[in-house]
Amino acid sequence: MTAMDYKMVLTPEQEALLNGSKGDAVAKAMKTLVMYGEAFGAEKMVPVTSKMGHLVTSFGLKVMKPVYDLMDTLIEGNALSGQKFSVDPKPLDKNVPASFLENIVFNKLMYSMQDSYDSQLEKLGLLGRDAYTCACYLDEVGNKPGKGEILSWAESSAVVYANSVLGARCNRNSGIIELFGSITGFVPYFGLLTDEGRKATWVVEVNTTKKPEAQVLGSAIGMKVMEDVPYVKGLDKWLGTELDGDACAYLKDFGAATASNGAVGLYHIANLTPEAVEQGESLIAPDAKTYVIDDAELERVQNNYPVMWKNPDGKPQLCFVGCPHLSLAQLNEWTDNVAERLKKNGLKKVSVPTVFTSAPGVIEQFNKTPKAQVLKDCGIVLSYICPLMYMNNPLCKSKNVITCSNKLRTYTTSRYYRSEQILDIITKEVK
Amino acid sequence: MKQFKGRPVVAGKCTAPALVSHGGFNTLASFQGALQFGEIPILGNKYKQTECDDQNNKDLYRKPMLGKALCLPQTIGSTTGGMVLYCAKALGKSPACLLFSEHIDSLAAAGAILAANFCDEPMVTVDCLGQEFLDYVKDGMKITVDEDGTVTVE
Repeated sequence: MTAMDYKMVLTPEQEALLNGSKGDAVAKAMKTLVMYGEAFGAEKMVPVTSKMGHLVTSFGLKVMKPVYDLMDTLIEGNALSGQKFSVDPKPLDKNVPASFLENIVFNKLMYSMQDSYDSQLEKLGLLGRDAYTCACYLDEVGNKPGKGEILSWAESSAVVYANSVLGARCNRNSGIIELFGSITGFVPYFGLLTDEGRKATWVVEVNTTKKPEAQVLGSAIGMKVMEDVPYVKGLDKWLGTELDGDACAYLKDFGAATASNGAVGLYHIANLTPEAVEQGESLIAPDAKTYVIDDAELERVQNNYPVMWKNPDGKPQLCFVGCPHLSLAQLNEWTDNVAERLKKNGLKKVSVPTVFTSAPGVIEQFNKTPKAQVLKDCGIVLSYICPLMYMNNPLCKSKNVITCSNKLRTYTTSRYYRSEQILDIITKEVK
Repeated sequence: MKQFKGRPVVAGKCTAPALVSHGGFNTLASFQGALQFGEIPILGNKYKQTECDDQNNKDLYRKPMLGKALCLPQTIGSTTGGMVLYCAKALGKSPACLLFSEHIDSLAAAGAILAANFCDEPMVTVDCLGQEFLDYVKDGMKITVDEDGTVTVE
C-alpha cells in the first residue's frame, strides 16, 4: 500500500510509516488511520501533541479475544505507544458486594483475561498501576491536556470533557483507533480537530426554574442533538462564569450523559467553557437549530426512561454513585450529605448497599482525610471499579440496582434517580 | 423495488434481510449481551442470534441482528463502539452489512475499517443513503448491496 492510493496528502515521515519504515504492525496501524481519515474527507494527518493518551479498553473480557490477539501482534511488532496513557477503570474489585455465584461468573467466565490484558497494557505504555479511571483529567490522576492540544483518546465521557471544558481537540475515537494514534503519533485531521467542526449546530436554551440535574440535562441534549455540537445558553445562571471545582464536576456528569445518551463529543456553555468565553456566539453556525429546555421537558425526559427491573415495585438492592468517577470534591460532598442525612434520620448506616466509585488517585487522597472513616462508618464501599462493567452480566439483570448516573442507566438495567432522590433512598429506614 | 445510491465506506457485495433502526444505534448496548454470553449454552439461544440488548432502542430490542442488513442513521454511545463491531465481525456475530442513511460516524467507521484490515473478510458498509432509504426500508425486506454502493431494496 502506498500513499498514492489515497487522496490524503501525507508528509514523507507519515508515508514512510505507511510503507513499513517501522515494521508491518505500525504500517497497518497507519493504514487504518489513513482509511479512517479518508472516510471523513481528511486531507492530512496531524501530530498528536498531548503528553499522554487515554484508552477506553480496560477490561480483560474473555470474549474480546480478537482485541487481545491484535495487541499481541502490536507488541510482537514493537508497535508500542509513543506516549504514556491512562485507561478506563477496572471491572473487578473484591470490596464491591458480589455473591458467590457472581464472583464465579466475573472471575472464571467473564474477566478471565484481566491479568494478561493488564500485562499487555503495561507493555504498550500504561502510565502506572493507578492509571485506571474514566476521569483521567482529574488533578489527582494527572492526565490533563492543555487547550488546543491534539489528542488521540477514546472514552466518550473523557473526550467530551477534554474538548469542552479543557479546550483540547479530539475526535470521538473508537477503542483501538486511539491506540493507533498514540503508536504512530498522528491522527487524521477532521471533525472536532478543525475550527469548522467545532461550530455549534444547535442552540440549547435552558429556561428552568432551578439548577437542572446535570445527568438529566445532558441526557435530554444528547438525545436531541445526537452527535452535533450544542451551544448551551442559560446554564451560566446556575453554574456561574468560573470553571471552578463545582462547575467542572457538573460538566463532567453533564457531558457523560450527552455522550452516552447521544453521541456528543463537544459542547459549548455560554460564558463558561473556554471557546464560548473567547468566541461567544460566533461559534454558532448560521443554520443552527434551537432546543428549549424547561422544567417540564426535563420531567418528560426522565419519565421516559424505561424501568428494566423485573419487578418495578421491588426494593433497591444495590446503589452505584460515581459513573463517571467522582471528583474529590464530589466524594467529600456525598460523604457529608449522607452522614448528615443519616444522623437526621436516626440511622447509623445506609439502608441500601452502596458503592461510591472514584479514581485510584482520588481514593488515595480521600483516604488520607478523616472523611474516609466517616464514609466507612456510613457503611458505604469506596471503589475504583467501573460499575458499568460490573453490571454487564445476566446475574445483575435480576438485581434491583439504582444509580444517579445516566450512562450507567443507558447500558445496564439500573434504575435512574436524581442525586437528591438517591440520597433520600439510601438514608431512610427500609419498611 | 427501489434503488438507493450511497458511498461505499468498505466496498463489497452482500445480500441479506433488512433490520431497521430509525434512531441512533448504540453499539455497545446492542451487542454487549451477545458478545459476552453467546457461547454459554445455559443462557439460551437469544445471545447466539446476537439479539439486540439495547433497551432504549424500541425498533431493535430483542431482535436478532446476526446476518442482517442493519439499516440505521448512525451509531451512538460508548467509544468502545468500533472495537465492539470489530469483535462482532471477528467472532462471526455481526450483521451482514451496515447501511447508513446519514454520513457514517467515527465509531462505526472505525469498526468497519478495523474489520476490513484485521478480519478475514470485510463487513460491507455503505453510508449517505439518505433519509428516504430509511423511510422506505422495513424489517425483512431483501437487501442487495453492490460494490459501488448501490443498495437495492425489494
